[in-house]
Amino acid sequence: MDTTPAKDERDAGRLTPADDRSTFTLHINGTAQTLTLDHRTTVLDALREHLGLTGAKKGCDHGQCGACTVLVDGRRANSCLLLAVAQQGSRITTVEGLAEGDRLHPLQEAFLERDALQCGYCTPGQICSAVGMIAESADGFPSHATPQEALADDGPVALGPDEIRERMSGNLCRCGAYPRIVEAIEDVAP
Amino acid sequence: MKPFAYQRPDSVAEAVRMNAERPDARFLGGGTNLVDLMKLGVESPGLLIDVSGLPLDQVTATDEGGLRIGATVRNSDLAAHRAVRDRYPVLSQALLAGASGQLRNAATTGGNLLQRTRCPYFQDTSKPCNKRTPGTGCPAREGVHRDLAVLGHSEDCVATHPSDMAVALAALDATVHLHGPEGERAVPVTELHRLPGDDPGRDTVLRPGELITEVVLPPAPGGSASLYRKARDRASYAFALASVAAVLTVRDGRVQQASLAFGGLAHRPWRARAAEDVLRGAPATEETFARAADAELAAARPLRDNGFKVTLARRLTVGALKELTARAG
Repeated sequence: MDTTPAKDERDAGRLTPADDRSTFTLHINGTAQTLTLDHRTTVLDALREHLGLTGAKKGCDHGQCGACTVLVDGRRANSCLLLAVAQQGSRITTVEGLAEGDRLHPLQEAFLERDALQCGYCTPGQICSAVGMIAESADGFPSHATPQEALADDGPVALGPDEIRERMSGNLCRCGAYPRIVEAIEDVAP
Repeated sequence: MKPFAYQRPDSVAEAVRMNAERPDARFLGGGTNLVDLMKLGVESPGLLIDVSGLPLDQVTATDEGGLRIGATVRNSDLAAHRAVRDRYPVLSQALLAGASGQLRNAATTGGNLLQRTRCPYFQDTSKPCNKRTPGTGCPAREGVHRDLAVLGHSEDCVATHPSDMAVALAALDATVHLHGPEGERAVPVTELHRLPGDDPGRDTVLRPGELITEVVLPPAPGGSASLYRKARDRASYAFALASVAAVLTVRDGRVQQASLAFGGLAHRPWRARAAEDVLRGAPATEETFARAADAELAAARPLRDNGFKVTLARRLTVGALKELTARAG
């Protein structure tokens, strides 16, 4: 995709060609990638259109569906709302970076085992979100579903079906594979 | 989206100076609302000043026993913070009732306060909207307004403020600290957001170029309990149809102190002072709670399709106050 703005798109005199792009390094799945990108480029578009990493999907492109979920410094985020230029220095992990060689991540295995998908379009986002979500729970981050009495505790939050459904609400599945997705995550959650 | 320049300042002073030089600049925090509005064409800044890396990411105790929350503290970190969970549970609950896990990880405290309305006409540049383009009219008044305001709206605008966090901060009497070209100042969070009146383009009293640097909470009232209740169209990941933040102190069956704010009902978090006046000193009973809710909601002017919000707000208020009273009992 050519994201070079057409000349007439620039407000005359407001921006020079040097102002609307930058050269910077992104750290993706353990590899440093130096790119020159228009500032408008999101992390999602950088991955898909400039780095050939098409695992993260473009669903709504407005942060509402979660198909673009990646991990930024280990925390899940909607890559469609992150400007690539603002992510210099952060470590980004996509679904392509979860497996170790031919050995799939336990969540990838569980999604296969439980048949937790139909069309599969939301799956990379679901899996990245689940990886981040399990880490958040292990770190003691509460959710809307966490019982009042558990809020006093700093320890890991137990992940039953209600916690999983609440914490995964930012990932939509229009095929409606939710019951299997919850089961797959339960299989892996401690 | 229009092309834009990007800068990453090292200090608040530099950020404010960069902004002062460029009227078309916007501060970028987590970007969860601003980047979306840029994609929609609602916002088209010529310069983004990325403040997410400024040293404003700490939550610290104040000398008075309150909390100082940096403007770039992420919503998920604030909700999980030990002092917030222990002393200001209403704030933790409000944050966790909003958005999704992904969005809370990115969204900042300052950005949450400054997010724009989700009124469908505001977000659609093919439609008239007095907030987006002054003087073009408000189709929501006769159009799709089920989710919009019942309190404090005007002929020109019936938008609601979408934040849950801000509702809790309003009930907690938080103060917002600002740095701008003319110096520093502090504004009570209840006075940060405006009512639309005949100038709905301005959501807040922020002056051009001002940056939110921190939000300060006073000490939690001794013996108080607090909670946030939110009604929405689905169980998770939806904006409030109506919500209430309540801070209550009950002793010997009477209300000593009460602080209430509504969300989802108005152009700003709605501090319910008429309800508080009814509550203070009154018996902590369901009858009192209903009378308090009615005293506040008497000012409601529902539109054709959103009168249900008034009933919802009344029931949320009574339910929240009953639960807090039961805990005190």
